[in-house]
Amino acid sequence: MPKVTMTVNGRAMKAEAEGRTLLSTWLREGLGLTGTHVGCDTSQCGACVVHVDGAPVKACTALAMDLDGAEVRTIEGMANADGTLSAIQQAFQDHHGLQCGFCTPGMVMAAAALLQENPKPTEAEVRHYLEGNICRCTGYHNIVKAVMAASGQDVSGLGIAAE
Amino acid sequence: MPKDGIGASSKRREDIRFLTGVGKYTDDLALQGQVHAVMVRSSVAHGRIVRIDTDAAAGMPGVLAVFTGEDFAEAGGNPAGWLINSRDGTPMREPKRPVLAHGKVRHVGDAYAAIIAETAAQARDAAEQLAADTGIEELPAVIDMEAAIADPSNRVHDEIPDNLCFDWGWVEDNRASVDEAIRNAPHVTTLELVNNRVIPNAMEPRASIGEYFPGTGDYRLTTTSQNPHLTRLLIAAFVLGIPENKLTVVAPDVGGGFGSKIYHYGEEAVVLAAAKKLGRPVRWTAERSESFLSDAHGRDHVTKIELACEKDGTFIAFRTDTKANVGAYLSNFATVTPTFLHGTLMAGPYKVPNVYVNLKTVFTNTAPVDAYRGAGRPEATYSLERVIDKMCRELELDPYEVRRKNFLTPDMFPYTTPVGLVYDTGDYHATLDKALEMADLSGFEARCAESAARGKLRGIGLSTWIEACGIAPSNLVGQLGARVGLYDAATVRVNATGNISVMTGAHSHGQGHETAFAQVVASKLGVPEESVEIVHGDTSKIPFGMGSYGSRSLAVCGSAIDKAVDKIVAKGRKIAAHMLEAAEDDIVFEDGSFTVAGTDKAKTFGEIAFSAYVPHNYPLETLEPGLEESAFYDPANFTYPAGAYLCEVELDPETGKVQVVGFTCADDFGNVVNPMIVEGQVHGGVAQGIGQALLENTGYDESGQLLTGSYMDYIMPRADDMPVFNVDYSCATPCTHNPLGAKGCGEAGAIGSPPAVVNAVIDALHRAGHTHVSHIDMPLTPARVWAAMQK
Ligand code: FES
Ligand code: FES
Repeated sequence: MPKVTMTVNGRAMKAEAEGRTLLSTWLREGLGLTGTHVGCDTSQCGACVVHVDGAPVKACTALAMDLDGAEVRTIEGMANADGTLSAIQQAFQDHHGLQCGFCTPGMVMAAAALLQENPKPTEAEVRHYLEGNICRCTGYHNIVKAVMAASGQDVSGLGIAAE
Repeated sequence: MPKDGIGASSKRREDIRFLTGVGKYTDDLALQGQVHAVMVRSSVAHGRIVRIDTDAAAGMPGVLAVFTGEDFAEAGGNPAGWLINSRDGTPMREPKRPVLAHGKVRHVGDAYAAIIAETAAQARDAAEQLAADTGIEELPAVIDMEAAIADPSNRVHDEIPDNLCFDWGWVEDNRASVDEAIRNAPHVTTLELVNNRVIPNAMEPRASIGEYFPGTGDYRLTTTSQNPHLTRLLIAAFVLGIPENKLTVVAPDVGGGFGSKIYHYGEEAVVLAAAKKLGRPVRWTAERSESFLSDAHGRDHVTKIELACEKDGTFIAFRTDTKANVGAYLSNFATVTPTFLHGTLMAGPYKVPNVYVNLKTVFTNTAPVDAYRGAGRPEATYSLERVIDKMCRELELDPYEVRRKNFLTPDMFPYTTPVGLVYDTGDYHATLDKALEMADLSGFEARCAESAARGKLRGIGLSTWIEACGIAPSNLVGQLGARVGLYDAATVRVNATGNISVMTGAHSHGQGHETAFAQVVASKLGVPEESVEIVHGDTSKIPFGMGSYGSRSLAVCGSAIDKAVDKIVAKGRKIAAHMLEAAEDDIVFEDGSFTVAGTDKAKTFGEIAFSAYVPHNYPLETLEPGLEESAFYDPANFTYPAGAYLCEVELDPETGKVQVVGFTCADDFGNVVNPMIVEGQVHGGVAQGIGQALLENTGYDESGQLLTGSYMDYIMPRADDMPVFNVDYSCATPCTHNPLGAKGCGEAGAIGSPPAVVNAVIDALHRAGHTHVSHIDMPLTPARVWAAMQK
């Protein structure tokens, strides 16, 4: 079986891929990076979002073969160099932006992409941007709050916070 | 607010692994030598299997084994957990639910064979071949409940002529007096409604891995379960007959459940049997399309409710006539959900002398229906709160005043309802007042004007709900037909250096037990939260437990932990008495140390723990070494959370699209351990309720094809469908009969919210003059709302 090489979270990684191997499968099974989750088979839940060459991509929509040489970032590569949570991860914990954690990797990756594009999004902009990411647990309130807090905005107006 | 322990919004420790991508869900585990299972599922709703030719599939590349229903013909059926009797005393009909369909397929997605292959892709290829080599004689599908009952020739199960599981009356002795009260009442409001079928859609699809260890004959099942012990019990005692001491069930990180992962599913038995046959780990993970077809669905009631009252709105009687769809087979909680979790709630938080519920449970050629977040209680609440709203409009009464007039008052507790529950505490006036204050009702007219200026209609809707959580006690449920007990268990192990492991029967799949339970233990023992570790989800590590559902984790499992901690303290006092040479009765335990009362002689908790494991001079006849205690807790009663929800909607009259623009919750959950987690639970529950009310619908066509089998057609709530939630839980009346005073909060949002949303939409329409609209069935899609607006 042919091998595909990508730079994943800053390191060159190589693993086998068939023509039909999805990027999500390649990461999970080829590299054992199981932080990228698969929640659907119609590319609609967003649990699998990773960054490819800096842009957010649903990893279940991309073929590994097509991405030879690409630069990929996954949830496993989001923490600070010293292993502590990055600002956005920390905001998700601080504001209880996750419950079961299954949608979380995709949410964090999508949110990180949003903040790159739009460093101070409004509540409506956050909700609109996250349209492609389904969370069944949180009702989104605390996710929206976490993303806005990570952008340095005051979120005390978003509901009565138990902090 | 405290910084630590009970009452603190401690950050969740489990978040670290989830946020860094190192959580371990079932499908994340890769095992040496593993092989893959793929189910072969029926593409027709109803049919007789006339031929399965496995040869071609078995010979395909990588294929290791093919299983069909025949291979499990000797296995037991997957049972319903509750045996319900019909009104005439006859027991319910309980057709066998096989591991793999045998003889007949009964719904689209019913698995009748399984392929095991080296890779998942090879198994999928062979599954396609097997489907082509299977002959199924298609039979007419039984889809509509009315038709199912009316046409005895068309049977989901050949032995059940009218497709009825049971015809249940609650309380049957009330029937005549309720009929009489309704006949004589000055006003009766009648409402026919549908509680729409929803698909739970936990974001992690179901997955199972079976392993067999030939050296010892042990099995291990790793599976997406809310209650690994219950799964073990079902497999051991009913389905495969593997002794419990040879079967370990592990539920690792689980990505949401909402009820759908309570149940034992056939795939779990398949991977275990295949692992034994092949001597290799066998794994199966559902694709989302399979989840839509084969996870247990929720709700699906068709109800006629009548409310009899005085002209001033004083309630006289409620009478309900419901048909509940159980789908093709009885899932484990399918018989208790529409009965004892629904009928018993039909008095609401109200003084109403006469209540009667008739419920017919119907088999159809659709996926099994079972408990989904709230389970029965949302259906009861929806019927009540919608018919009350309709009555208020008919009699031109104020919905707030009507609730107040009929609420039970705190001086009436304990209160026995006409449908058999004993409410222990509550203050429904307080939560309603709180909700009205929080929702800024005085500003509502101005907000309406502002919406109108943008061409939008605005409305507000109320729901005052109550639920019964932590289903118990075993004595009572046993009389009602439960085949299990409903206690829970915990072990608290204090290790030699003073850190603590707590083994709990609850399972956390989003609820944050690892944090909240540690807070409980830390508070009680006066030790730092970090020194307490919560162990859950593994039958080989935990004594026993019934798992997490029905908002029971803190109220029941938390109470078991509390009880075990009390035993630790009692043992600690014994040890302290020995070490301090004092009488046990003189030892007091406070703030983490054991002191001889009235002296400064003391031992810290850590010193006691160390001595328990280094018992160099213990009087062994009277003092045993070690510091580990277990407790089983069987509650004396249900708990009764309650609250008042106000929903504000904006409606576009051009399209019929409804947007929830405000949602206020004033809840009474009793004592709260972690406010941050409680708020999160309410948010999630309300979102699911709004989803049911506005977006989510499960459609089957006449032939039984699922029309909403993907996220293209099944509309999940997304971030921009949801408002900011305004949540409060300060009107707490602690539960009187569990040590934590906790009532449970997991299901509240999903129970209280749907009627608030629908009432708000009806309100918006009436304010705009569409007074002919008295009801719209959920989900209130733009098409339905727009159609209702047209006369
Ligand atoms: S798994 Fe990629 S969008 Fe759902
Ligand atoms: S946290 Fe469970 S799906 Fe989002």
